[in-house]
Amino acid sequence: MKNYQIKHSDLDGWLEKIIAAGRRVIAPVTEEGHTDFRPIHSPAEVAADDQVQTIQSAKQAAFPKAETLFSYRKEGTAVSLDQPAPESYLQTVVWRARPCDAAGFTPLSAIFNWDYKDNLYNARLARTTLVAFSCQQADAYCFCTSVGGGPGEKKGCDILVTKLPSGKALVEVCTEKGEALAALAPGLFSEANAVADDSPLFAEKQSALAQLPARFSKEDIRRHLAEAFDSPVWREQSERCLGCGACAFVCPTCACFDIQEDPHGSHGRRIRCWDSCAFALFTQHTSGHNPRPSQATRWRQRILHKFSYMPERLDATGCTGCGRCSRACPVDMNLLEHLTSIAQK
Amino acid sequence: MDRLIDNPYLPYVMTVERITQEAPGVKTLRLRFKNPEEAENFQFRAGQFAEYSAFGEGECTFCIASPPTRKGYVECTFRQAGRVTSGLSRLEEGQEMGFRGPFGNTFPIEEWKGKNLLFVAGGIALPPMRCVIWNVLDRRKEFGNVTIIYGAKSVADLVYKDELKEWDERPDVQLYTTVDPGGETPDWKGKVGFTPAVLEQVAPSAENTVAIVCGPPVMIKFSFPVLEKLGFRDDAIFTTLENRMKCGIGKCGRCNVGKLYVCKDGPVFTKAQLNGLPPEY
Repeated sequence: MKNYQIKHSDLDGWLEKIIAAGRRVIAPVTEEGHTDFRPIHSPAEVAADDQVQTIQSAKQAAFPKAETLFSYRKEGTAVSLDQPAPESYLQTVVWRARPCDAAGFTPLSAIFNWDYKDNLYNARLARTTLVAFSCQQADAYCFCTSVGGGPGEKKGCDILVTKLPSGKALVEVCTEKGEALAALAPGLFSEANAVADDSPLFAEKQSALAQLPARFSKEDIRRHLAEAFDSPVWREQSERCLGCGACAFVCPTCACFDIQEDPHGSHGRRIRCWDSCAFALFTQHTSGHNPRPSQATRWRQRILHKFSYMPERLDATGCTGCGRCSRACPVDMNLLEHLTSIAQK
Repeated sequence: MDRLIDNPYLPYVMTVERITQEAPGVKTLRLRFKNPEEAENFQFRAGQFAEYSAFGEGECTFCIASPPTRKGYVECTFRQAGRVTSGLSRLEEGQEMGFRGPFGNTFPIEEWKGKNLLFVAGGIALPPMRCVIWNVLDRRKEFGNVTIIYGAKSVADLVYKDELKEWDERPDVQLYTTVDPGGETPDWKGKVGFTPAVLEQVAPSAENTVAIVCGPPVMIKFSFPVLEKLGFRDDAIFTTLENRMKCGIGKCGRCNVGKLYVCKDGPVFTKAQLNGLPPEY
């Protein structure tokens, strides 16, 4: 795959061409002080602050909050079913995702394909192109470097853009989907702008990235968790947890979902929607019995699932260190602090 | 309809062929595939479960209660408790509903050839076992003694009453039915007492015997020590776990016990396996 250099000021022109080509584009948009991914129709709508972390992750592009699994129609005693055609899923570009957003699609794809293939997710992902921007700032909640990522990491990106201090932007094209997006602006992504593999621009990229030393290793966490099921740490850490589920909804790797009915008289649809292991009803049986009866047992499930069960079963970690769960938590449960304390026990 | 993409959430459309009222609030539905081609290709093994849809209400998880040796239909038995089971209860013969499956692992019946089988069931947990029992009885000479201990709260709550009668009359099946104290009727001929107590009283031999135990958690909890006392090894005791599920295919994230998914690694587990798992069931 090729790499290119373009000017910072050319980025908006490229985005305009992407929009003009009919792609659905979602990008960070600031509304009333909150920045989140929204559909945009012009580069002017994109949030001015190009380092800000969106509240929610980019997972919604391939795993929407709610989506139709199939629809049904009842006529007399008979039922007929219909399901969405993948062609109805719009070609989507996620503009200015972060490398930690892109990294989230590796564990998501593992969950949706480790055994049965979830072709609804796969069809949406195949129609999603991720344009990530390297991070030049990190905040107190960020810890991508502790879980195998980095502020300039390409894994999961279709394209990674790094703005360099010189006024140039290094555009690394990582996939065929990325190539197709670059091809929409042939004037910008020309041979004349191609960057050789040994270009000094890569050193310039490294120096432009946020400095974020690793705070722990995921291997350490996993080793500690192997013996931690009965540890008092779960109760200690979760005592203030409200069970609101915000952490799961903003997480780029949380994939737990509910399946619900959306009936309208004789027809309707079956939908799946995001769910959270923080909710008491998540595991409650009809009888009232609940295998995870307390917030402590639910917090333990969250951490063990992401840092122990997923690595063992799926060879993936359910965390990209984006810090969104901690930023969104209304009672300031800080995942980085909690993991660091587990790693130090 | 055409399956445009292979959608694991799209159910088969089934016709309700026969409804049996088993006990108060408990029904068995016999379902036939609307599409004969799907019926032809459908296969499952004893112990597997499925997701049953009442369109407009949602989906619910039960075992397949009929044996794989009886072709052309599947049966489920359930107690009306929530929205979906109420919807399924309202269905009439001839109406259509949804069925997704089979999912999960199976009882290792082939490994049990030549062994004696002891079934211990409580209440609405006879259905998962009924699939195995009929499977075994349909291939009767491949197995040793068959002993069934089945308990329910009251005489009215016993399910599959006609089949219990049939099993009771068979010379090659030892059936013990029991009801909880106070649940008996004046003409009740079976035992009175909780299932684990009856198990202790019947005291089947553990020699060359596999025990299959299904029931409410409290019944399982008190039956395991009795089996241990009778000399059953932990890897000769099988049960099924019933954690809440939505997808059935290892994705929705709620049925796991430690690192194992009940929907994928279960629902059938040996006691030896459960010993190594956290108590999340």
